[in-house]
Amino acid sequence: MKEFVEGSHAVAEVVRQCKPGVISAYPITPQTHIVEDLAQFVSDGKLAAQTVNVESEHSAASVVLGASATGVRSYTATSSQGLFYMFEVLFNIAGMRLPVVMTCAARAVSAPINIWNDQQDAVSLRDSGWIQLHAEDIQEAVDLHLIAYKLAENKSIMLPVMVCMDGFVLTHGIETVDIPEQAMVDSFLPPYIAPYKLDPAAPVTMGPLVDPEYYTETRYALQETHKKVLDMLPQITAEFAKTFGRKYNGLVEGYHLEGAEKVIVAIGSVCGTIKEVIDEARAKGKKIGMLKVSCLRPFPAQQIYDALKGASKVAVIDRALSLGSTAPLASEVKAAFFGKKKAPSVISSFVVGLGGRDITKDSIREVIKLLNGRERNGEFIDLKPELLKESYE
Amino acid sequence: MFGPLISKPGSSKNNKTGSWRTEKRPKYLQKNCIACRMCLLVCPEACIEGEGKNTYRFDPDFCKGCGLCASVCPKQDIEMVKEEN
Amino acid sequence: MNKNLFVSGHTACAGCGQSLAARLVIDAGGPNTIVVNNTGCLEVFSTKYPESAWEVPFIHSLFENCAAVASGVESALKFLGKKDGINVIAQAGDGGTADIGLQALSGMLERGHDILYVCYDNEAYMNTGVQRSGLTPFDSNTTTSPAGKQSFGNLRPKKALPEIAVAHGIPYVATASVAFPQDIQRKVKKAFSIKGPKYMQIHVPCPLGWRHDSSLTLTVAKAAVETGLYPLFEYENGQLSAVRKLTQAKPVEEYLKMQGRFKHLTGAAEEIKKIQEIADNNVRKYGLRDQVSGN
Repeated sequence: MKEFVEGSHAVAEVVRQCKPGVISAYPITPQTHIVEDLAQFVSDGKLAAQTVNVESEHSAASVVLGASATGVRSYTATSSQGLFYMFEVLFNIAGMRLPVVMTCAARAVSAPINIWNDQQDAVSLRDSGWIQLHAEDIQEAVDLHLIAYKLAENKSIMLPVMVCMDGFVLTHGIETVDIPEQAMVDSFLPPYIAPYKLDPAAPVTMGPLVDPEYYTETRYALQETHKKVLDMLPQITAEFAKTFGRKYNGLVEGYHLEGAEKVIVAIGSVCGTIKEVIDEARAKGKKIGMLKVSCLRPFPAQQIYDALKGASKVAVIDRALSLGSTAPLASEVKAAFFGKKKAPSVISSFVVGLGGRDITKDSIREVIKLLNGRERNGEFIDLKPELLKESYE
Repeated sequence: MFGPLISKPGSSKNNKTGSWRTEKRPKYLQKNCIACRMCLLVCPEACIEGEGKNTYRFDPDFCKGCGLCASVCPKQDIEMVKEEN
Repeated sequence: MNKNLFVSGHTACAGCGQSLAARLVIDAGGPNTIVVNNTGCLEVFSTKYPESAWEVPFIHSLFENCAAVASGVESALKFLGKKDGINVIAQAGDGGTADIGLQALSGMLERGHDILYVCYDNEAYMNTGVQRSGLTPFDSNTTTSPAGKQSFGNLRPKKALPEIAVAHGIPYVATASVAFPQDIQRKVKKAFSIKGPKYMQIHVPCPLGWRHDSSLTLTVAKAAVETGLYPLFEYENGQLSAVRKLTQAKPVEEYLKMQGRFKHLTGAAEEIKKIQEIADNNVRKYGLRDQVSGN
């Protein structure tokens, strides 16, 4: 059913339809509306879940770990500092192979404290073992939650999934969204049946101490499972298309890649702005395209390579930093081409829109302009040099 | 799919901690026992069994020789003696 | 005879007070119990893969979150309609409870989950090598509060964790000691007969960390109680409802001299006096003796 609705409310609605049994979250801007809505659903009897209002994000993640370990579908949501506070628990959940799904309302991280949107928080968790999906718009944010549970709970996957949506931009933005019908959700997403769980009828010990004799193989297995996700995610999105009619590749989405000489690679809501600039450029005959990376983990290196190998110049937009080195997405895109015969002559790295600084069409045009024969390494767009003149020295 | 690592219940029994005993082992005299079950209750290894007076005994496969059973027996019917092996 | 739910083959030190207490607790809890355990000696020596000493469902996550993980387990059971008939225990050492785990414990107590929290109090971070915790007693020698030429060891008294639990308005709080094993089981069973959050703190000597012979674990534990240094009491709905009375409060020296961690106090009359005061205060505060004046 189509509704003109705030992103958070749309996400809360689809999460409700996924019927999690345990929801636990701690408030942090800009995730709050999602969790508040879910609490209201429970209060009104529209969702039969246990909501656990914890005293911190570390505990929120721990609660959903415990609930998932007991065989119950569970859910949490957070951002930025909250995501970082649950850092160790997230590695724990992935290592214990529990299919938790979380919404990350992507937000900049402190210090300095900034509540607005960039992708530093989510990107900083890329080592955790969680599958990490990014939405471009509210519809995709809604759809990704269904896809996330189905992927996470697949017996050959059993990995937690983080669905990322740009904070404020998508959480508080209002768009027309097709909210799925419960019957369709039920047909796409069956109830969760845990392959292992805490149950007095069949006791097991979960989370044992593991010495060097066994540890390596568990990490190898996680890595191998991420490779499986690269195959499985497009299968699930194909199944999604059959049920709901909306098509996603799942890993990457090309936009006007045909014959493109310059391609911009980006993650998240900025892709919407980029598409508009590309439409205008294409109308003027310029051969420009975009590659949206929808899945950051596992990293779809092969798909990125296949999409970009014919391009002459590639601009990678990062909305996060790996301080001290190449920006994260740029680093991984470049690595996808190493040793390959066909590659763009230039892969330039741009840093755009940190801490909620607006990314305008002009910002994108600036990227396109700077995407020339000279390779850029972490060039900051829309930087304010006048601020940099101040100093304590 | 390998993992997650999940252990079977009670699988610690594969580990025969009786090999830890180097100095002392309990000796159950089985003379004055009143079947109070205190020895069974306080064994951290859960390796004491018995039902009825003078039937209590320890499992040498697991006993670490800590001496707690001997320390609680109200009839001093358990002695700690030198470990032979 | 009931089946052992914590079995042989675990790698605790000989005479480990905590291993005994853990066994007593789970046997009292029964087979329909799920155990959530923080990182610490207990988890390490009872679940080193692939061997587990637990015959009940058991989960270990991190060092500080057993109360939160248990809250998740309990909530899941409630969702499944299975909570009645399944006991949930969250358990940890003193470090994992009083220090790093205090936040999660407080949250669990405040939210009213139907969980028994058990703190095995061996008065230091034993698993990492005997470092001081918030429950390390005054003048105790630990590796991070070592006795030396200018110090008598730990400067601070034990954090009053049972009272912190009481302040959360929960229905049952109790202290216990491995010296009185049947008392531990009685209290565990009593706790599970009550719905809501329960807190139990069990004094468990550590032969390695406290430096006494493994055969003296119960003797040392008993002395702690009999000096008044470790009062055994129960609070029900915020009121002190029962204490283990002492026929005579033994002088604290009898307890201190049994342990290497207090060896540096030999002859330190002023320090021993301070420790005696702690014991005397406990006797007064909890009414451990029927006479008005202590001793």
